Amino acid sequence: MSRIIELICTYGNNKRQNSYKLSGGALVTISPTIQDRIDAALPPSTDPLGLIDQDGHPRQTPILALPPAEILRELHRQMVIGRRLDAQATALTRQGRLAVYPSSRGQEACQVGAVLALREQDWLFPTYRDTVAVLTRGVPPAEALSLLRGEWHCGYDPHEHRVAPQCTPLATSTLHAVGLARAAQLKHSGEAALVLTGDGATSEGDTHEALNFAGVWQAPVVFLVQNNGYAISVPLAKQTAAPALAYRGVGVGMRSLLIDGNDVAAVFAAVRDALGHAAAGRGPTLIEALTYRVEAHTNADDAGRYRSDAEVQGWLARDPVRRLETYLRDRGLLDDARLAAIDADAEQRAAGLREAMNRPPDQDPAELFAHVYAEPTLALAAQREALLAEIADTEGDRP
Amino acid sequence: MTGTLEEVLAQAGPTQIDTERTGVQAPGIRSALSPRSAPARTEPVTMVGALNAALADALADDPRVLVFGEDVGTLGGVFRVTDGLAARFGEDRVFDTPLAEAGIIGTAIGMAMNGLVPVVEMQFDAFAYPAFEQITSHLAKLRNRTRGQLSLPVVVRIPYGGGIGGVEHHSDASEAYYVHTPGLRVVTPGSPADAYHLLRQSIGCPDPVIFLEPKLRYWSKEPIPAEPGAALDRAVIRRAGRDVTLIAYGGMVGTAVEAAAAAADQGWDVEVADLRSLSPFDDATVAGSVRRTGRAVIVHEAAGFAGYGAEVAARLTEQCFHYLEAPILRVTGLDIPYPPPMLERHHLPSVDRILDTIARLQWDAGNEHRA
Repeated sequence: MSRIIELICTYGNNKRQNSYKLSGGALVTISPTIQDRIDAALPPSTDPLGLIDQDGHPRQTPILALPPAEILRELHRQMVIGRRLDAQATALTRQGRLAVYPSSRGQEACQVGAVLALREQDWLFPTYRDTVAVLTRGVPPAEALSLLRGEWHCGYDPHEHRVAPQCTPLATSTLHAVGLARAAQLKHSGEAALVLTGDGATSEGDTHEALNFAGVWQAPVVFLVQNNGYAISVPLAKQTAAPALAYRGVGVGMRSLLIDGNDVAAVFAAVRDALGHAAAGRGPTLIEALTYRVEAHTNADDAGRYRSDAEVQGWLARDPVRRLETYLRDRGLLDDARLAAIDADAEQRAAGLREAMNRPPDQDPAELFAHVYAEPTLALAAQREALLAEIADTEGDRP
Repeated sequence: MTGTLEEVLAQAGPTQIDTERTGVQAPGIRSALSPRSAPARTEPVTMVGALNAALADALADDPRVLVFGEDVGTLGGVFRVTDGLAARFGEDRVFDTPLAEAGIIGTAIGMAMNGLVPVVEMQFDAFAYPAFEQITSHLAKLRNRTRGQLSLPVVVRIPYGGGIGGVEHHSDASEAYYVHTPGLRVVTPGSPADAYHLLRQSIGCPDPVIFLEPKLRYWSKEPIPAEPGAALDRAVIRRAGRDVTLIAYGGMVGTAVEAAAAAADQGWDVEVADLRSLSPFDDATVAGSVRRTGRAVIVHEAAGFAGYGAEVAARLTEQCFHYLEAPILRVTGLDIPYPPPMLERHHLPSVDRILDTIARLQWDAGNEHRA
């Protein structure tokens, strides 16, 4: 038996022991033990954790605590508003006002629950699918949709809202979040980062590197994987053979939770718990939230080519908004009057969004050169003058 | 920029270019301040030692500066550029990372978003390729993506180029990949003194800088003057001459200077321009030289096809056409994957190959060069 195999055998048989004698008599110390690391990592549960089931009934679940009534009412209100603005954005693509829109519909519990769990000092790292999350964080709709309107690549100031630009290549922002969290750790600033990804992005190498760096640094970062079943058209079974995406955390020594992603109370509680864990200096958490993308990938996609209507109907029965509505009504926390007021507010915001998207964009071709470097280089300044002269010439030619 | 990290973060303006630190003369910046000075080192120092001193001085000068990468902590880097820094500045400032280059660049981006100034190492040129997406799509573009709201003062140090007997993946001249990406500054020193000052200037720059270190010159030695020879974005004339301009950068500056000395024996008075900044390109200095000499040869290690020299030749032709006595020629590596070390001498530009190329500059055509 080789030294290595002998070591592994001894190791496997004595999980609590951290010293091993090699055949030559040398002592090898491994600290902490594998069992210590497994205990710290907290593998995900077999069943997704949840607090309110799909029929609106309360559930008992370990780790997570039901948020107070006022928070549940606010979660509901924000989901209704988010859903209305999402529907408005989809409608704006049909009028040619947006270049493209990847809908959040069906994933409101993940996006609203996670964002409302953030503290003011925390940072959000969203993807293109997470416009409802960006809006919930308080970014004005016209600024949030600048990317999808085709106006500029990011329409808001990330520092103002503590929201990074929406990530388009996917997974790349996971590393930015870990770096930001590591800086917070070095500065003792108390900030944490929440990074959103989908199931597809977990196949990217950057996600693995981000989870691993976060684990090594014990960085104050929370990974929320919105597992909505599809990466555009590719189903989860073609992404991974893992029992659950949350198991990726186990491989890097990270605490991992598997939750019902259509239960906004569970998402809020899990992200709050993870942020508390991070803020206490106890490191990162990976949360896999099971949810479903009700719309096609974008307005340009045809979901009928890769999934059945029956499947969609099955998920509509687990709708995140309706189940919380049932729960709140059953407890006298929501009535028709409040619902009507929320709907009216949402309608007003949608009208505001329509109006903003009908206004001409605030654009100046000279700005193309303004932000490439901190100051334009001489060559860029010359190109800017040439472009402006070309535009002036072209406009001079017009009748 | 001294004080605790918290004090410095409270006063730092992250999006402004610091002309004092970089010497960059951008439009709109009227200041003619010279680049930052440093204590002179009168004893000869290797390029490795000069880079180490620059990192140490930057870490001492600004608490926001961090140094990290693979093996840069306890070991001090495979070339010892970071030797002793972890012991002196502590594991919070100088640290080893997991072995993952995209991870190093991606987390550096996040740290810069949160006010720090990361100086990271890619262990070798070809080992940086896993980080390519993070460098080209994010490090280079986040400032533009956010209309100037995110400033990423990250320096990416990459030992590059051949001539040291490295096996495959250890000798690439990879500059063309980076210079083709708007938003990056790409610089490379040719000498120890320049290595010190260019690195200090790069760390003081609010733009991301790809800092290419020519391994071929890591062990060359010279004293380091207190004042840098030029600003971050300027080329310098290393040797004045009247007949032809040799344009080189990084490891090839020394080869070009050697070739110029040999050419003098054959009656050619050769000027050597050291580009230092590959992007942006210093048109004024280099075109000024070529207008004076009327002839130009560009020297680089990387493959010639679509290489950096092609851009230089095109720009100079556009700017100096009526001054040229001969076509602009290039001496480059062959258009092959980097060869095994026992054959690399056939690939790299040599003094002989440079002299042969100078000889082809139409000296017999009856054209008198400009005095």
